[in-house]
Amino acid sequence: MAIFKGHGFIEDEWAIVADDAPMPAASAVISKARFVAEREALTARNAPLGLILRSGETLNGLEEDLERFGLIVLDIPKYTDGRSYSTARLLRERYKYTGELRASGDVLRDQIMFLHRVGFDAFDVTHEGTIAALRDGKIRLVHNHYQPAAREDEEAAPGPRPWLRVSRRNVPGAPHETGIDGGGI
Amino acid sequence: MYRYDEFDHDLVRERVAEFSDQVARRLSGELTEDQFKPLRLMNGVYLQLHAYMLRIAVPYGTLSSRQMRKLAHIARTYDRDYGHFTTRQNLQFNWIKLEEVPKILSELAEVEMHCIQTSGNCIRNISADHFAGASADEIIDPRSYAEILRQWSSLHPEFSLLPRKFKLALIGAPKDRAAIQVHDIGLEVKRNDAGELGFAVWVGGGQGRTPMIAKKVRDFLPEADLIAYVEAILRIYNQQGRRDNKFKARIKILVHEMGEEEIKAAIEREFAAIDKSNLVLPRDAVERIERYFAPPPFDTRFNGAPAFDRARRTDAAFTSFVERNVHPHKMPGYAIVTVSLKPIGGIPGDMTSAQMEAIADIIEQYSFDEVRVSHEQNLVLPHVKLEDLPAVYARLHAADLATANYGLVTDIIACPGLDYCSLANARSIPIAQRLSERFADPARQTDIGDLKIKISGCINACGHHHVGHIGILGVDRKGEEFYQITLGGSGDETCSIGEIVGKGFSSEGVVDAVETIVDTYLKLRESPHEDFLAAYRRVGEAPFQEALYAHAA
Repeated sequence: MAIFKGHGFIEDEWAIVADDAPMPAASAVISKARFVAEREALTARNAPLGLILRSGETLNGLEEDLERFGLIVLDIPKYTDGRSYSTARLLRERYKYTGELRASGDVLRDQIMFLHRVGFDAFDVTHEGTIAALRDGKIRLVHNHYQPAAREDEEAAPGPRPWLRVSRRNVPGAPHETGIDGGGI
Repeated sequence: MYRYDEFDHDLVRERVAEFSDQVARRLSGELTEDQFKPLRLMNGVYLQLHAYMLRIAVPYGTLSSRQMRKLAHIARTYDRDYGHFTTRQNLQFNWIKLEEVPKILSELAEVEMHCIQTSGNCIRNISADHFAGASADEIIDPRSYAEILRQWSSLHPEFSLLPRKFKLALIGAPKDRAAIQVHDIGLEVKRNDAGELGFAVWVGGGQGRTPMIAKKVRDFLPEADLIAYVEAILRIYNQQGRRDNKFKARIKILVHEMGEEEIKAAIEREFAAIDKSNLVLPRDAVERIERYFAPPPFDTRFNGAPAFDRARRTDAAFTSFVERNVHPHKMPGYAIVTVSLKPIGGIPGDMTSAQMEAIADIIEQYSFDEVRVSHEQNLVLPHVKLEDLPAVYARLHAADLATANYGLVTDIIACPGLDYCSLANARSIPIAQRLSERFADPARQTDIGDLKIKISGCINACGHHHVGHIGILGVDRKGEEFYQITLGGSGDETCSIGEIVGKGFSSEGVVDAVETIVDTYLKLRESPHEDFLAAYRRVGEAPFQEALYAHAA
């Protein structure tokens, strides 16, 4: 499936591997349960390793392993489920995770800005309207924010109120601007 | 009061543009009602029984004359010439056309107002003591912190899809006029023994289906840590609050299920782990906000108020208004005036556009251009010169706004109920109106004294019935409206949840039942100085149950 990242849709080079399936030689995304069960064997692999967290699963017990993952997918089963927003922020701010952070599932285009600000840099979305909005550059830009989040590297603090932030770079899928470079942080 | 700068204006303009786009997508059919719902709720648009309702944020209840005139204009132009003040210090319009909402939002933005987060599962309008900055008993004015929290919580990227709504309230006086112990987070601004500013913090209070009194989790949180600490609480709630059952999704349930010690420890752990470098609240930043709330230029040469004294001697109606609706001000020669929105037989909290304009004129001339909305659905003129009170009273009287019933049995809180709300099981407004008419006699009201009746049309408790001295809850019993009565609730610093007195009453019977309760109180009180709540706390439910149900047994 196509993933939106940075400037546009790209082919997904990652494959989600079921818990009971053999590990492929290529880039593989596995569950938390499998990682915990097979930690030693999995970290000895050479191929890129990704992690998918289902909504409600926490980072507890993974804190020391996060740098092993080239991709972390946070599943958003329903657009009203905001738990992954906290997980994303913790990954970026507390654990300094620098790999790809992907929001996967039921996301409305009106949430792209929030997802971007908490640290997501890739989107694997099912909602047709959101896909079209990303493709056509119809995501609405909001530049001014009343609080710091996980984009301290790219948001300005205009002062004198220290909690204010201004987006300097584009958000994904916004119109007529060049788009952020995929890496995020 | 707080004034927008260019940053705030731009932020609201971008938000209006974003929501206008969402409305257009709904009207074109691109968004289904189901998909549109969380978007419109974030902007205060409800779909009620008969029409869309638009709820406008009034941060900590403060309005200027310019804003009040704009609300009057919106009532006249886009609604049915009236608005309704709510228990969250907000204003709602009940007869709005969805296609006109973008225009209304643009008009509101002109006067530094919006509808952001007046509904939905996000951090709602921050409320505060409606006497803030004026009351004689105030220790610290909480409004600058309310404003800082309003900003921090607006369109917060992490906390806009919470398990359920989230409400904060602040006070800065020993008397709790903002019901902080029935809020998700309650904050009391205080000083510690060293004289430093900070907060006592309560978490997990709430009403609704499962009423709970909040737990105090910090006796003193230093001022600098305010945002980081609140963020720690919200993060725990966002991650661990229940999402499997809407009725168990408020933070009060999480607090209850974790227990007081565990939630305290969890908050402290998260707070310790948070990177505070960009969340610290520096004193000079607070000072900059405090300047917006500096005392107005009071006339400090108070040397008696002859017109006021004369009116008190000669005008009995004015005197009873002063006795009920006027409260002590911190500045000699000034007073706080409650404008009751509870005329006898009226709809609690409703106000016509003409009345809004009358208030705008009065505050412009007599109250440093400021009016407050109270969570008890009244208005407050915070800074009126004693000498001007007779003139203010006359102006209020001319606008039918001089009902002298603050805190009395007819000063009833009621939610919109089944007359408007799609969640309601029963009507609230007609019960309030009939109670008001039953107890209309001013002498009788004065004899009864302080008594808070609060009415909710469903278990969501928007009418705060759990903390009413007499609470009335509308339920649906086999298709019929029925009313359960609770006694002994209170939302102040002695916070208590009312207890159900017995089986419910029909719409016909409930007014008689309240009268029986009031008459029972009058008979058993030790003196007229023992008010209803004190008497109830002394004697308990039994005498009231006896009076209500004995004959039926």
